[in-house]
Amino acid sequence: MDFLTILQILDSTVRLATPLLLACLAGLYSERAGVFDIGLEGKILASAFFSAAVAFTSGSVWVGLCAGIAASMALALLHGAASITFRGNQLISGVAINFLAAGVTVVIAQTWFSQGGRTPALSGDARFDNIVFPGAESTMRGVAQQGPLGQVYSELISGHSILVYVALLIVPLTWWVLFRTRFGLRLRAVGENPAAVDTAGVSVVGLRYAAVMIAGVLCGLAGAYLATGLSAGFVKDMSAGRGFIALAALIFAKWRPWYALSACLLFGLLDAIGNRYQNIQMGELIIPVQFMQALPYILTVIILAGFVGKAIPPRAGGEPYVKER
Amino acid sequence: MDKMPKWADVILIPMISVILALLVSGLAVVFIGESPIEAMTVMVRGAFGSAYGWGYTLYYATNFIFTGLAVAVAFHARMFNIGGEGQASLGGLGVAIVLLSVAWPHWTVALIAAIAGSALFGAAWATIPAYLQAKRGSHIVITTIMFNYIAASLLVYLLVNVFRVEGSMAPETARFAEAMHLPSAADFASFLGFRGSTPLNITFFIALLACVGVWILIWRTRLGYEIRAFGHSETAAVYAGINPTRIIMVSMLISGGLSGMMAINVVMGEAERLVLNFVEGAGFVGIAVALMGRSHPVGVVLAALLFGALYQGGAELQFEMPAISREMILVIQALVILFTGALDNMVRMPMESLFLSLRSRRDAAEQRSPAE
Repeated sequence: MDFLTILQILDSTVRLATPLLLACLAGLYSERAGVFDIGLEGKILASAFFSAAVAFTSGSVWVGLCAGIAASMALALLHGAASITFRGNQLISGVAINFLAAGVTVVIAQTWFSQGGRTPALSGDARFDNIVFPGAESTMRGVAQQGPLGQVYSELISGHSILVYVALLIVPLTWWVLFRTRFGLRLRAVGENPAAVDTAGVSVVGLRYAAVMIAGVLCGLAGAYLATGLSAGFVKDMSAGRGFIALAALIFAKWRPWYALSACLLFGLLDAIGNRYQNIQMGELIIPVQFMQALPYILTVIILAGFVGKAIPPRAGGEPYVKER
Repeated sequence: MDKMPKWADVILIPMISVILALLVSGLAVVFIGESPIEAMTVMVRGAFGSAYGWGYTLYYATNFIFTGLAVAVAFHARMFNIGGEGQASLGGLGVAIVLLSVAWPHWTVALIAAIAGSALFGAAWATIPAYLQAKRGSHIVITTIMFNYIAASLLVYLLVNVFRVEGSMAPETARFAEAMHLPSAADFASFLGFRGSTPLNITFFIALLACVGVWILIWRTRLGYEIRAFGHSETAAVYAGINPTRIIMVSMLISGGLSGMMAINVVMGEAERLVLNFVEGAGFVGIAVALMGRSHPVGVVLAALLFGALYQGGAELQFEMPAISREMILVIQALVILFTGALDNMVRMPMESLFLSLRSRRDAAEQRSPAE
């Protein structure tokens, strides 16, 4: 395996990790505030469809992005209403949102485009272009002729869509918001001990809604990247379990932003290797591609089991808050 | 004092929730530009209008009874088993292994063996999540989701690399021997008009027996009492000497076994071989069925029938009104889960205050009347 091949795998790792990272950070906000969110998958899917559909109709990917975020936020609002206002079961609400998105996207896609539940292929301004940094080569031949440092710059660092860089910037931003601002302190407190926050005169309901809506925005970005950056259009069930891998990454990261980045990059790497090599031969042993696909889930179960470092969720997670009278 | 009479809790609230779900779905149909009444007529006719329709409706309902019971049993122990999909896949594997490795002489013995195989494999797939929940406190919802995906990969691997018939491209096992084919409704109920093509088979009765079994287990045995006690209050159950580990393990194993048994209907009764993705979301429909049926076997049967009709009616709908795609069923399913599960309080709170005000008015009237 030469240097350039490794770079190419790392390049696709970054691409594949981006939607995971955005969704994982979405889950981070929501769960840190004490609202379980297994509806990440559904929100990504809804955003993927609406961003692709509106980008195709309007011809502008930015309008599409806004539509995707709006769709994701609408589902987030539904989740908030069910789990905060009506104090319903947050897990069941998440399950319902996943089905709702899986159904609604295909039904509307069929009505609008009549192409068997997909949107027409996007091109031109309806897609996010890759940004080529100054001095970077954008062709395969150009990259191959560069030295190692130049190859890293051209292949790995330059040449991604803007949402990739946005996602990477949101990691330190999230760290700063959660651990260096008053809002973040309250947000974390509301996930650990909502009664204390309430006693301090801060609205538990308001904070939780804020967290759930932030999650909606981030899932919206993830879905938009999936449909207008990573691929060119929406196809049925295109989120393909990414919401659940993001959830796995969140547990893997023990609900912390920087760890979330490494967990998502790890799962992205597994995905990238699985895409490139069907079966990996290691001496006598052949690792089947299905094992690579299942590995994120297996690793998460091992982490959850607490054999390799214990993952402790926010204490008030999943519990609706009932104000004392 | 209860806020509402029992009938309101058991019948009225689920009914209102389902009607709300159907109303919202109707709005979606209007949005598409079709007539919801016409769509409803097509679906009802498609599901119940002919022996053909009934054959499919009851066939789907059989699947949903198994997966619904599975979720319901876990609900009684306050466990949310979202892994029905994976457990059913493994159940299918169990059925295939049992039926392909032994040349069973007659379908009756083969059926008993298949029940054992499917239940065993389904339960086995629930063992690790159950153990991790009981011993390590790992959240059962997350682990069972993970196990769904692991099961999917495992099944693809096995069907492609191990069980695939030599020379065939399709990822599926060989067909089961002729002697093991289960009697279909055409064999035992041809007088009702069922034809040879109907997928409805004898497994339907196994599903009904499973309902009776679950009812006896939950309400008539010591174990069932312990499961319910644990589900109501873990601390109280522990004080009463109930072992939490045992209850979590047993309830999840039963749940996994019931999910696995769903495979008898599809793998042995219909496809007569193990194919990829045969579960087709039935594990998730089980969640809606258990929620709507209030975790009671009778409720589960009724809810399973409703969803069976939705699935069959939805297929007909796609033929007759191509503008409405089959995924409309998913929307209805999501809304039922939403209204009966997550937004339960939205329906419940106004109903409770309605019944309370009715009662206080009646009490006031009774107090006034003796004075007159």
